[in-house]
Amino acid sequence: MGEIALGQYYPSNSILHKLDPRVKFIGTIVYIVSLFLVNTWIGYLFCAGFLIVMVILSRVPFHFILKSMKPVFFILVITMLFNLFLTPGEPVVKFWIFTISDQGISMAVRMGARLTLLVMGSSIMTLTTTPNALTDGMERLFSFLKVIHVPVHEISMMMSIALRFIPILAEETDKIKKAQIARGADFETGGLIRRLKSMVPLLVPLFVSAFRRANDLAMAMEARCYHGGDGRTQMKPLRYAGRDYAAYAILAAYLAVCIVFCWRHL
Amino acid sequence: MLIELKNVCYTYGAGTVYEVSALDGIDLQIHEGEFIGVIGQTGSGKSTLIQLFNGLMKPTTGQVFFAGKDIWADGYDLRSLRTHVGLVFQYPENQLFESDVLKDVMFGPKNQGLTPGECEERAKEALRQSGIAEEFYSVSPFELSGGQKRRAAIAGVLAMDPEVLILDEPTAGLDPAGRDELLNLIKHLRDKRGITVILVSHSMEDVAQYATRLLVVHEGKIAFDSSPKQVFSHYRELEKMGLAAPQITYIMHDLRERGLRVDVTATTVSEAKRSILMALSEHRSLSTD
Amino acid sequence: MPSIIKAVKLGFDYVKYSEESETPEHVSAIRGIDLSVKRGDFIAILGHNGSGKSTLAKHINALLVPTSGTMWIDGIDTSKVEELWKVRQKAGMVFQNPDNQIIGTVVDEDVGFGPENLGVATEDIWSRVDDALSKVGMLGFRDRSPNKLSGGQKQRVAIAGVVAMHPDCIVLDEPTAMLDPNGRREVLEVIRDLNEKEGVTVLLITHYMEEVVFADHVYVMDQGELVMEGTPREIFSQVETLKKYKLTVPQVTELAYELKAAGVKLPDGVLTRQELVDALMPAADSGKVEA
Repeated sequence: MGEIALGQYYPSNSILHKLDPRVKFIGTIVYIVSLFLVNTWIGYLFCAGFLIVMVILSRVPFHFILKSMKPVFFILVITMLFNLFLTPGEPVVKFWIFTISDQGISMAVRMGARLTLLVMGSSIMTLTTTPNALTDGMERLFSFLKVIHVPVHEISMMMSIALRFIPILAEETDKIKKAQIARGADFETGGLIRRLKSMVPLLVPLFVSAFRRANDLAMAMEARCYHGGDGRTQMKPLRYAGRDYAAYAILAAYLAVCIVFCWRHL
Repeated sequence: MLIELKNVCYTYGAGTVYEVSALDGIDLQIHEGEFIGVIGQTGSGKSTLIQLFNGLMKPTTGQVFFAGKDIWADGYDLRSLRTHVGLVFQYPENQLFESDVLKDVMFGPKNQGLTPGECEERAKEALRQSGIAEEFYSVSPFELSGGQKRRAAIAGVLAMDPEVLILDEPTAGLDPAGRDELLNLIKHLRDKRGITVILVSHSMEDVAQYATRLLVVHEGKIAFDSSPKQVFSHYRELEKMGLAAPQITYIMHDLRERGLRVDVTATTVSEAKRSILMALSEHRSLSTD
Repeated sequence: MPSIIKAVKLGFDYVKYSEESETPEHVSAIRGIDLSVKRGDFIAILGHNGSGKSTLAKHINALLVPTSGTMWIDGIDTSKVEELWKVRQKAGMVFQNPDNQIIGTVVDEDVGFGPENLGVATEDIWSRVDDALSKVGMLGFRDRSPNKLSGGQKQRVAIAGVVAMHPDCIVLDEPTAMLDPNGRREVLEVIRDLNEKEGVTVLLITHYMEEVVFADHVYVMDQGELVMEGTPREIFSQVETLKKYKLTVPQVTELAYELKAAGVKLPDGVLTRQELVDALMPAADSGKVEA
């Protein structure tokens, strides 16, 4: 019933699920960097191999990972087409005003592979990490920014509250929409201006409700002694375990291999 | 006959792995002038049921008729149906949005395509019937008290001049005075304007007092459909469904068990009082004989 | 033994700016409240919407501080800024809307939120959370998302969140107003359990007359003042006065009151079904005795 899958977390008990969110966050960055380091078929094959191992380790069914491609599929196709037709080089196919060069084919395939691996790689992080753990991980990773007065704790608190309230507000939007339709409102027909105007009966109540909720929640937080990050302890503090250090070591080795590929033009 | 449901099923997420059947094989007829109470546990399917009545939800299978016409037939005007069948959702005050109360109530009539003059007339009439004093017409709806907001929101539906008024737990969160006021308002609308009322409620006492017919929804099916008295005589079955009878019903059964010949079908305080007084005098005259 | 909650001549005024009038309006939300609650008591506060119940409740948790008079929680003056967190730890608060008071995205993290703010050590937070969740019967739901729970379950999680802070008293501001009958029953059972088994002082604000039958003491508020006070029986025997304050009595009490008015011999303020039946049967048999 209108349940929104946030961050697409797939519950399981795999080694990847158990890893510290910081490792997974840094791992994803390393993987993205590696995709831009390598530039050869062997390199891509190596990166793809690494990804496949991760998918197997994550115990997430492969079609879930494929599903993450859905929203970017359009962009992927456009990128590939652009590269296919607009890269200059030796013409291979020629019809009407289009020319496809050998360079174009190779570029399109390479861009396609890069983008596919990038999206799949980062989806492994979101599939194996709850949004909450990810927020926690980022709070810790970026805590050094506190020195330059970035409110890291507050930002992370805001993110986790947003995560909790997005489904509630989505449900509320649905309810208000239905209530207005029952009063004869029409959200579907008419030109752009008319449609924008027809959103007023939906947006005003939604904002009113969001502000009321924010007010209630702030009061509830204060009532439970919330006073910012100072002097606050954590119920689930992040602590590196043996496997996290091992994961960092593997990541370092992986990155080193990719650098070698890049350097040797393999 | 006003509304008719023929073998209606509703399944959420039909065709996916997350299929959940909310309603299953519902046959139902609603006649003009009825005051129907709908009871059922949260998740029993009663919210889905009432949204079928005005075409907000489309049955997965089966047909819905209004005034003899299939509302899902090609070319049927669903928007005009919604003005005939007014639906007041839970916490309707959450839908208020205009800068003043009168304008907000005019939103429905405006969508019906009435002239500004007619809209205003309708809105004022609806506000009067809902017991909102004229001094509040130009006030922002957000400045009203909780009970007033609720009544203004109901006026917003009434202003469309519906023949059927469906209310989903209209008294939720109100104080006792607000609850009584609102229920009396609904009763008044039915008695004076002849509106057919469908009232979803968690309060057995309320439906016992006001409804002429009671629907019990349980696990997507209509478990009972008859007068409140008859439904509440099955109070043990109701309990198995996570529901109950009004307190009065229990008292009457207790008294009967202890040997006082009271009418066990009494469901309201006044009925119970009459029956107990009668039984008491009978009991005394019997024992003196 | 000192009272856990004590108020003397408590008042709260606020300034209201309206578009129509130039001069701001002074509104007194509550005034002249004298209150003294014994440790371990179950107190109920009744009153129609806008009678000032919530304003009073917020004073107990120092979300508001009085503009006149004084409020003490366990002997601490709530207007002392340096004692603020201590007051809020001692007097926990549960609100009406279950969705708007749960902060965590997972049940146990929400319950841990209070202890985290108090600076409790990690291991102790875990034992407090386990303990609080089992007291409200929600231990099996610790890994769930609050969005997947029923209203009654959410409210129990909110109560656990307060229990984990080890408060001396819990103030519940219409905790059942948005729940269905089953949710209401669940929450009320938990509240009664906490009061009876754990000795937590409970202050319950409600519109449901049936919920106050078990209270040790009932207060009625109207227009910002305490207007009635007594045991549930004392309060509910004054049917007419309650109606004046826009309140009702439980159906059982109403029936007993009506029967009594019609001449049946019944005691005042009948509260439960059992009481009414027991009281009616001698009335029925009295004919026999006289004969």
